[in-house]
Amino acid sequence: MTSAAVSCTGLTYAFAGTKAVDGFDLTVEEGEVFGLLGPNGAGKTTAIRCITTLLPVPAGMIHVFGRDTAGDPMAVRRLLGYVPQQLSADANLTGRENVTLFARVFDVARRERAERVGQALAAVDLTDAADRLAGTYSGGMIRRLELAQALVSAPRLLILDEPTIGLDPIARTGVWEHINAVREATGMTVLVTTHYMDEADQYCDRVGLMHRGRVRALGTPGELRRGLAEKRGTDTVATLEDVFRDVAGSGLEDEGGDFRDVRSTRRTANRVG
Amino acid sequence: MSEAPAAPRTVSADIGLLLKPPQPRAGWRLLPARVVAMCAVELQKLRHDRTELYTRAVQPALWLLIFGQTFTRIKAIPTHGLPYIDYLAPGIIAQSAMFIAIFYGIQIIWERDAGILNKLLVTPTPRSALTTGKAFAAGVKSLIQAVVVIVIAALLGVSLTWNPLKLLGVGAIVILGSAFFSCLSMTIAGIVLSRDRLMGIGQAITMPLFFGSNALYPLSVMPGWLQAVSKVNPLSYEVDALRGLLLGTPAHLSLDFAVLAVAAALGITAASSLLGRLAR
Repeated sequence: MTSAAVSCTGLTYAFAGTKAVDGFDLTVEEGEVFGLLGPNGAGKTTAIRCITTLLPVPAGMIHVFGRDTAGDPMAVRRLLGYVPQQLSADANLTGRENVTLFARVFDVARRERAERVGQALAAVDLTDAADRLAGTYSGGMIRRLELAQALVSAPRLLILDEPTIGLDPIARTGVWEHINAVREATGMTVLVTTHYMDEADQYCDRVGLMHRGRVRALGTPGELRRGLAEKRGTDTVATLEDVFRDVAGSGLEDEGGDFRDVRSTRRTANRVG
Repeated sequence: MSEAPAAPRTVSADIGLLLKPPQPRAGWRLLPARVVAMCAVELQKLRHDRTELYTRAVQPALWLLIFGQTFTRIKAIPTHGLPYIDYLAPGIIAQSAMFIAIFYGIQIIWERDAGILNKLLVTPTPRSALTTGKAFAAGVKSLIQAVVVIVIAALLGVSLTWNPLKLLGVGAIVILGSAFFSCLSMTIAGIVLSRDRLMGIGQAITMPLFFGSNALYPLSVMPGWLQAVSKVNPLSYEVDALRGLLLGTPAHLSLDFAVLAVAAALGITAASSLLGRLAR
């Protein structure tokens, strides 16, 4: 049995006959920041929802630190910190109350609850705003609050689905800096999805390019870019976006991003304001 | 941004505790812990915003003030010698608690759209524990509403019991009843998956549930078919128990408790089995 942070073999998941994820293989090594890249509708979110035990998958397809998500979902969830695509902090609670809820549902003992919540908030620089309602936070602050919610249970694997969607460039950088700082301090594994190729290039140790439900290319951003340059036999520096176009081939423009996808992205963008 | 842009950000605060996963609770202690967590959230929300508490007090106040006082004067409904407003008060308490619970599913759908539900489902919380927690959170919300209505009734001169044991019983009944109705709402939410449809269905069923119960009039004055409806309507058992506890009228307390407990358990089972649909 593998002890990789995440290993998926032949994962397939279909919604009403449409295969959102189709023969998806992935291994995320312990301690790395792994970026799952792809356009809207590539199947990134579905893959994440399978890994986080939200969608039912047959036994043997997904292991998180060696534990089968189908066989022992409760044990898998105890290892996970999950930040979904939507801004999922409760606007009617304060920052501290939002984090406390997650401390409670992860069984943090009462005697260390307040201190642990305080540390999670401090780790993302929200100590000063902790007792304000989350509804008054900016988009970047809410993302940081969600990070604190995920951190409070000391997860070994942090899963972030499009963490910077709809944020302005400064807030995007801020969120990434916090993710990296926390990873540095805790040594946890990070699995992140994004469709911003520049972010993946800058912040991920390894990336997987996903298209039509499957990982089509895998490696460090540098490897993938050099690989394409060699293939083309030119000296011009390729970007990850070039690599992606090469991998996905034609038809990229008119594919992907069904109505529900776009709507949920818009909703998130609206809430970010 | 005041800090120097070149220096990479580091975590300067002490995060020692965040390196250590919390000890999982033993099996039997998990459910009460989740119920407490969900109820705490509900109370925190009410503390931040009490608007709903006040606006929701208007309807029951009008029922008691207008309907109650008028029908007390015309003495049209047989109440075994009680003033009609006294007879009505427990019915209105049950009704206002039910109204809160029956729209609780809207909150679940909102939490689903906001990603909150998904995040809770990725915590070590079995779906049945999450549903139970939510059901009791709805119960707590309804209970606070019930307290408001009891105070209004007392101000209008309804002679209610102040026996603390009986009031505890009232609390238990209101929570059980609301747990059932909120689960009914969450079950419908799991089927229709949209706020608008749930709103419509909620509107459509609240009045039949209310009029098809003994909240406004006793079973004895109903036509046969309505008596049959009333006998399978959990609201009737809630009202019966509340009347017995608050006014001391003859009631079937153990039957009422049993029916409401079984209804709540069935509701929790149904809502839990449909929760997965909301996660998709």
